Amino acid sequence: MGRKGRKPPPTPARGICSPAVNHALEVEHLSVAFGRTAVLRDLSFRVARGSTLAVIGPNGAGKTVLFRALIGAIPYQGTVRWASGTRLGYVPQKLDIERDLPLTGDDFLAAKAALASVPHADVLRSLALVALAPEVAARPIGALSGGQFQRLLLAFALLGSPTALLFDEPTAGVDEPGEERLYETIHRLQEERGLTLMLISHELSLVSRYATDVLCLGREPACFGPPDEILTPALLEQIYGAPLKYHRHT
Amino acid sequence: MTSIPALALSVSTAAAAGLVGCFAVMRRMTLASDAISHVALPGIGIAIAFRIHPLLGGLAALLVGTLLVWALEERTRMATETVIGVVFSTALAIGALLASGEDLIDALLGAPRALGPWEVALGIGAALAVAAFVLSQRHRLVVALVSTDLARTSGVDVRRLSLMFLVAFAVTVALGLRYLGVLLMGSLIIIPAATAKHLARDLHAMLAVAVSLAVGATVVGELIADRLHRPTGPLIIVVAAAAFFASLLVRRP
Repeated sequence: MGRKGRKPPPTPARGICSPAVNHALEVEHLSVAFGRTAVLRDLSFRVARGSTLAVIGPNGAGKTVLFRALIGAIPYQGTVRWASGTRLGYVPQKLDIERDLPLTGDDFLAAKAALASVPHADVLRSLALVALAPEVAARPIGALSGGQFQRLLLAFALLGSPTALLFDEPTAGVDEPGEERLYETIHRLQEERGLTLMLISHELSLVSRYATDVLCLGREPACFGPPDEILTPALLEQIYGAPLKYHRHT
Repeated sequence: MTSIPALALSVSTAAAAGLVGCFAVMRRMTLASDAISHVALPGIGIAIAFRIHPLLGGLAALLVGTLLVWALEERTRMATETVIGVVFSTALAIGALLASGEDLIDALLGAPRALGPWEVALGIGAALAVAAFVLSQRHRLVVALVSTDLARTSGVDVRRLSLMFLVAFAVTVALGLRYLGVLLMGSLIIIPAATAKHLARDLHAMLAVAVSLAVGATVVGELIADRLHRPTGPLIIVVAAAAFFASLLVRRP
């Protein structure tokens, strides 16, 4: 039995390779270890289609490791099942880019458009979605500011009509008004297109506003449930090891 | 006087070297690529000993070296560079023991000689295949060099792409062994691309500048070599290096 949260989701119909119809993702008994250090242990949860899962936890709890296991970038034990036909969009936390790389934002997005077999016009549309000016995208990516580069990564993730988006602290480095706007954009897209959204965030007020479910790492066992149940002062203190306050949107 | 077929082969090899070099430089493979080209030497030595075509021996050794680098890329970057430094320098030493005298100098610095029609045809075919690979896979290569995780989520088989790129690299080195030798071929791949990286702002400009410089250096080097009766390979690299140093005077746009 997986170490699920206090309110485990209903058992889905068993499928060989694709999860139950209403689930975008099923994770069962997922464990990841680097050498002898266990980072994730026997984690099980499900993400409903069109819902938003927020992953929270202190630094070093394995949030990014979880995402990298979900996209198949690192070896793991257990089962990760994406619904058939899933197209992933991923925004990593940060990338180590050489400053003088002769690649422009346009080169980068054109590459994704070609890989996703979508017309080049979609590049302009995704730039508009993340409010990045075309003349900024024409610059070498090493010359972009942190916030501009983050928007470029978002535009990259949105190209090719993904069905599921994984955001690892999507708004790190983005200024506060920009952060609000990005979340609103993401939320609007989610409603328009029925996207499944998974995000790692330290912004608990945003988590409480947008998340359908919250998965907390950094505590044994990990907990899973709606924000009302997880974002309680007592549980947050267990997760983060210190009392935590956040502004709750109503 | 350089024959037209030989020049056609050198030019197509240079174009392939310029294209492969762009991604080698952007993938920070500059040092590794020099070391990889050294691994051709023991293959050439063994081929000479067994009276096989030396370039076939060189190519075989390069492909083995490539598989080794590919397997090592799974480990950390640090370990890869260390092992490349040790293994490929050892390959150079073993090669130097296997080949001797003039054979060794020819293998190290290249020795243009009369080519059979099948050698020219096969060489040009291989150079075109490398160029076609880089141009058709440039989108995958771009995304993978920015982030292998993003490449994976965009449907790119990163391990396979990496292997294909290293094979293209090995074939390009093998193509240049005839006239540049083990020591200098890595330079024709790296120097024009490094110059292009300094001058260009976007990918297509970089590819175009690198190919033009590699082809230009090859043609100019061959012409000067004919006039001065000096070996071709070193002159090609001197011309390419002169362009690199000149480019440093140009401010990046």
